[in-house]
Amino acid sequence: MEELSNLLNGFAVAMTVPNLGYMLIGITLGVLIGVLPGLGGANGIAILLPLTFSMNPTSAIIMLSCIYWGALFGGAITSILFNIPGEPWSVATTFDGYPMAQKGQAAQALTAAFTSSFVGALFAVLLITFLAPLLAKFALKFGPAEFFAVQLLTFCSFVGMSKEPPAKVIAAMMLGFALAAVGMDTVTGQLRMTYGQPELLKGFDFLIAVIGLFGIGEILLTMEEGLAFKGKTARINLKVVFETWATLPRYWLTFLRSTAIGCWMGITPGGATPASFMSYGMARRMSKDPQGFGKGNLEGVIAPETAAHAAGTSALLPMLTLGIPGSPTAAVLLGGLMIWGLQPGPMLFVEHKDFVWGLIASMYTGNIVGLLVVLTTVPFWAGFLRIPFSVIAPVIVVICAIGAYTVHSSMFDVIMMMVFGVLGYLFKKLKYPLAPLVLALVLGDMAEASFRQAMLLSQGSLSIFWANPLVGSIAGLAVALLLWPLLGSARGYFKPKEAVA
Amino acid sequence: MDSEHQKPGPSTRGPELALAGFLMVLAGFVIVDSVRTGIGWGDDGPKSGYFPFRIGLLLLGASGWVFVTTLLKWRETHPLFAERSQLATVMAMLIPMVVYVGGIAFLGLYVSSLVLIGYFMRRYGRFGWPLTAAVSVGVPLVFFLVFERWFLVPLPKGPIERLLGF
Repeated sequence: MEELSNLLNGFAVAMTVPNLGYMLIGITLGVLIGVLPGLGGANGIAILLPLTFSMNPTSAIIMLSCIYWGALFGGAITSILFNIPGEPWSVATTFDGYPMAQKGQAAQALTAAFTSSFVGALFAVLLITFLAPLLAKFALKFGPAEFFAVQLLTFCSFVGMSKEPPAKVIAAMMLGFALAAVGMDTVTGQLRMTYGQPELLKGFDFLIAVIGLFGIGEILLTMEEGLAFKGKTARINLKVVFETWATLPRYWLTFLRSTAIGCWMGITPGGATPASFMSYGMARRMSKDPQGFGKGNLEGVIAPETAAHAAGTSALLPMLTLGIPGSPTAAVLLGGLMIWGLQPGPMLFVEHKDFVWGLIASMYTGNIVGLLVVLTTVPFWAGFLRIPFSVIAPVIVVICAIGAYTVHSSMFDVIMMMVFGVLGYLFKKLKYPLAPLVLALVLGDMAEASFRQAMLLSQGSLSIFWANPLVGSIAGLAVALLLWPLLGSARGYFKPKEAVA
Repeated sequence: MDSEHQKPGPSTRGPELALAGFLMVLAGFVIVDSVRTGIGWGDDGPKSGYFPFRIGLLLLGASGWVFVTTLLKWRETHPLFAERSQLATVMAMLIPMVVYVGGIAFLGLYVSSLVLIGYFMRRYGRFGWPLTAAVSVGVPLVFFLVFERWFLVPLPKGPIERLLGF
């Protein structure tokens, strides 16, 4: 098995002492980011990304991806102990996790949550290990038209699958594309949309947008709630851990189903948040005790946590193989790869084997390190949350400002961060999704380049997008996904009375 | 139920219209510039404005749709945007943040951060002076050590740092 030998080489890269150290730092920072409301995986990575420019790419991506795992773990702590979802995908965990904590079962809920997260991630990493090389080999046959078709599929599935109104999804996405086009046209060298402003020559960096949209926007949103942390304390000891682990095999079907939902939602750009909700809903529907859900059912903690972690992890599969990220955090990681001069996509597996397999191996070790770190440090994090928001909030603002400034050492970027912050707040309040905006901002240049190359090949004819069965089926699927909401509303139009009942 | 005196806060109607209008203006900027750079086919393929022009049109169409549907449903009840008290707390955060960003340009990042953290701790946390001073001086100091010394990343400095010889 070629994959296994590659993976073993990857372990040799990942298991060096400095990399294990970066892993530990990454996980700890990640848990901190996940625990703190107002910070999330995507913007935590965005803020810390500039700090990794001086590191070698493999160590940097290992640390950043460990921040990601840590953030996924950390969200569960606040959800269960404080009923505050630190991350959107932790919302479903609060439904049963917090009632369990109130019943004095916080330690069981936390152990189950962390273990479920670990199991979800492990299956997703196995999927990446064996599927990514195949997908990358397949994608090597892709031309510009196929690449644009895949990108189109990604964007169309956002429109089709999003719970937000399609017009708002399209508006957010097009804003991302427009921002990506600002600056110098890489093909002709012509300046676009700079309107004579020298600061706009270099265009809009996605990091500035992400720090503003997610970081500042989230703080403003959190301020609305006037957060006061009041939660349950938890002390996890080995006895509780082993007792809880003994009960978990009973839920094997929930694990399996939630992993499947998570992997699917991660690969298609559904993301961890819908995966966790869908998994929770399915678990309740399939459960023998649906009435117990919402009152402290262990299954209600297992299902969303498994799915969220599986989705978060498998979102890296299309990112690595096709250069298309399945989640906002994966989009930020993709941006990081590009900054280090690594072009994500099928060639990454050929040209930078060490890097790719080092990263995949670090996903295994990072998750084990993560599980151990969170199981042993829960009381510390719970104590950390007693620091009032009046201290945490300005510190986060300072970190955001530092993150924005360090990208280009430019004050203009710090000002733009604030503008994006206000925009992020308004977008969230008015139900414009942020993920398509960020994705379009990151992928805008790449999508435009593929589109222009495809157009050049066909001398301007759109027929290139159905010129062969491969590109035709991808483009067809994209159009079908785009029209999905129309289909739904048409069904509603023809069956209004039944729908009311 | 609601009396006219009890106004909980603005509905989403106004902000919805304003944001859609703002996006339409941005779409206008994109379209105008794309026309300038060329939206058609040049000697070496699609011109610079070819792709952005279509993006601009889609942005205009999507935001225009939201704008028009908001206008059409103007008299219907819209969900609450935020309660007045919530908006007040948001502004209580936003205004110091804007002042902070402005302050970075003149005082540098470290002094501005010290003031921002100190202000929040005193104003909203009601902490005593000793703790406020310790945290608001300590946090920028830690950042100084981490960024300037460890990562060798220079952050904006102001007159006080210059006076201290940095």
